[in-house]
Amino acid sequence: MPDLTRSRLTPLSSLPPAVPGVSYSAAPAIARLLYRGSDGAVAAGAAFGVALPTQPCSSAIAGDRATLWLGPDEWLLLAPEYETLAVQQAIAAALPGIAHAVVDISHRQVGLRLDGPRAAAVLNAGVPLDLSLKAFPVGMVTRTIFEKAEIILWRTGPVAFRVEVWRSFAPYVMAIMAVA
Amino acid sequence: MLLIRCPYCEMERPELEFRYGGEAHVVRAAEPETIGDEAWGQFLYLRSNPKGLHAERWRHTNGCGRFFNCLRDTVTDRIFVTYKAGEPRPELAS
Repeated sequence: MPDLTRSRLTPLSSLPPAVPGVSYSAAPAIARLLYRGSDGAVAAGAAFGVALPTQPCSSAIAGDRATLWLGPDEWLLLAPEYETLAVQQAIAAALPGIAHAVVDISHRQVGLRLDGPRAAAVLNAGVPLDLSLKAFPVGMVTRTIFEKAEIILWRTGPVAFRVEVWRSFAPYVMAIMAVA
Repeated sequence: MLLIRCPYCEMERPELEFRYGGEAHVVRAAEPETIGDEAWGQFLYLRSNPKGLHAERWRHTNGCGRFFNCLRDTVTDRIFVTYKAGEPRPELAS
């Protein structure tokens, strides 16, 4: 497999400057697959290696893979880069004749990590949700909006968040974070 | 801002994440060519537009993406109940 990481351009090349209480980092390239379908969700989770959570707005992690609930029949599957095809083939093999869709969206969006005790406050500059630990516990994930941009917000730790945003919206989101 | 309970996410979410989808329970005829122009025109263009309780569709666009239905008072903007698409309109205890 040729190493494309050197020549790849990412919209996260200039991150917002770290300020006291929050620092930013670009999440490494990753395989992102959007799974749609209800009947085969259990089998798809088994084939992927991580169960697809049925609890709304929850996530599951096993090893280097994760599944994120986005809707009642919609999940985002995260896997190491270059495993896209293997995952698609494994799920297709596990669901013969069962209606489902697996769409590769690896390069549609980018991952931005926020760490620090003020990360929730920075996010709340654009996110209209209650991001307290009680209302938005660790592991909770949801699609929402950041000002005018749609994002996927995933709380990976008590003071750590991962924002998945369409790559063309990334400069917009980061510009607002920089002045938040 | 309105807080709307999404029946799929099972939590209250801010109005900004939603889009209004018009009156609920408007059923399209299975065979439109058989019902005549009058009934077809009614289906296309005429809505009840009540002053008061109104069953309407909303979509959690920037959330789970699902359509659901809602009973809202068009005078006070109060939302009484939200329920999943396909479920019958609930009776409100008065």
